[in-house]
Amino acid sequence: MSYLSYAWSWLTTSQNWHSSHGIPVRVLQHLGYTGLALLVAALIALPLGVAIGHTGRGAFAVVSLANIWRAIPTLGLLILMVIALGFSPLTWLIPLVALGIPPILVNAYEGILGVDPDLKDAARGMGMTDWQVLVRVEIPVALQLILLGLRTSAIFVVATATIAAEIGLGGLGRYVIDGLSSNNYGEVAGGAALIVVLALAVQVIFVGLRRLVVPAGLRQQARASR
Amino acid sequence: MIWSWIPANAGLIWQLTLENAILGLVPPLLGLMISAPLGIACVRWGWLYPPVLSGASVVYAIPSLALFVVLIPYTGLSDATVIIPLTLFSLCVLVPNVVDGLRSVPEPVRQAATAMGFGTMRRLAQVELPVAIPVIMAGLRVATVSSISLASVGQLIGVSSLGYLFIDGLQRDFPTEIFVGIVLVIALALAADIVLVMIRRLLTPWQRGRRDAGAPPFVLTPQMEQNLPEGVA
Repeated sequence: MSYLSYAWSWLTTSQNWHSSHGIPVRVLQHLGYTGLALLVAALIALPLGVAIGHTGRGAFAVVSLANIWRAIPTLGLLILMVIALGFSPLTWLIPLVALGIPPILVNAYEGILGVDPDLKDAARGMGMTDWQVLVRVEIPVALQLILLGLRTSAIFVVATATIAAEIGLGGLGRYVIDGLSSNNYGEVAGGAALIVVLALAVQVIFVGLRRLVVPAGLRQQARASR
Repeated sequence: MIWSWIPANAGLIWQLTLENAILGLVPPLLGLMISAPLGIACVRWGWLYPPVLSGASVVYAIPSLALFVVLIPYTGLSDATVIIPLTLFSLCVLVPNVVDGLRSVPEPVRQAATAMGFGTMRRLAQVELPVAIPVIMAGLRVATVSSISLASVGQLIGVSSLGYLFIDGLQRDFPTEIFVGIVLVIALALAADIVLVMIRRLLTPWQRGRRDAGAPPFVLTPQMEQNLPEGVA
C-alpha cells in the first residue's frame, strides 16, 4: 500500500475525529503550544533585537548565538529537560521558546540595522525625537524582515512541538509517535499528513499577516528591487 | 554526570558519531550536486526561479519527522528515509544561495571574460562560479550544520545516529548519556562548519585579508518570502 492510501483510510475513519483525543483536539493543542511559545519568544526577542539594532550594542553576541542555535539537537534538548524537570508545562515551553528566539532576534536586529541612514537623518531633520524615529521610521521599514523572522521561528516551533510528543506532549506529533510504537502505520501516516497541512496553514497565516501590516509602498519596493 | 560511562562505551559512542556524520554530511553534498545545475538553470531561464523558490519555501516549512515517516512505505527504515528529506531541506537553502551568488557577479567581470574570448560554459566554470563561491559556501554551512543536527531526529523512526543516546538515555533515565549526545552533535556540527570555512578560504585566495561575512542571515531569504504569495496563497 502507498503512503496516501494509509493516510486516507486513517483520516476517513470517523472514530479518529470524535474521540476525546480526536483530530480537532490535537490540532488545537498543536496550535496552542505553537502560539504560546511563539508569543513568549516574540515578547523576549523583539524588544531585544530592536534595541540591539538601534544601538548597535551586543551585535556580536547575536551573530554567535545564531551560529550555535542551528547545531542544537532539539530532540536531545527536550529529553534532557524532561529528565531534569519531570513533565510540566515548563519542560516543553522552555525549549520551544529558546529555539524560537534566535530567528526573531536576528531578523529584528538585521532589519533595524539595515535601515538607510539617510532615512533616519531625514526623519531627525523633520524634528522627530529618537523614539519617534524608531517607532515611525525604523520599525515600519524593518517590518518585512521582522515578520520573516517570526515566520522562520514558527517553522521551528511547529517542528519542535511535533518532536515533543516523544516526551509526552499532546498535539499532532502524538499520532506519529504513538503509531510508531504500536506499529500502526495508518495512524503515523494520517498524523504526518495533518502535520504537513498545519505547518503550511501557519505559513499562509504569515503571508496574510504580511499583506496586512507591511506598508504597501514597502512591498512594492521590495518586489521592484528583485 | 557519571564520567566513567564515557570510556566504558567509547566504541558505541564512536560508531554513533560516525553514523550521525554520514547521515548529516551526505544530504548537503547531494544538495550541492543538485542545486548547482538547478541554480544555473534558474539564472539562465529566469521564469524557472519563482516556482522553484515557492516549492523550496513550502518544503522548508514541513517538520522533518513528518517527511521521514511519509517515506517509510517506500524506503523502509534505511538511511535513505532520513537522507532524502534532509537533502530536500538542503536544496531549500542551497538553490537560493547558488542563484544569489551567480547574480552577484558584477556585469563588468562578465563582460571582461567575454572580451577575453571565454564562451558561455568556460565563463561559467572559470569566472562566475568562483566569484559565487563565498555565497554558495555560506549556504552550504547552514545546510550542513542543520542537517547534522536534524539527523539525530531520525532515531525516532529507528535510523541509528547520536539520537540513540537521547532515546536510550530517556528509557534508562540517565542524563549523562543524553548530555554526551547533545555535546557530540553540536561538536560534530561546529567541526564540519570549521572545515567548510577552511575549504572556502582555500578556494577563494583573493578574499584573504577580508573580514569574514559572519553568520549568514536566516535561511528563508526575502526572495522566498516575496514568492510565497503567488505560489501558495
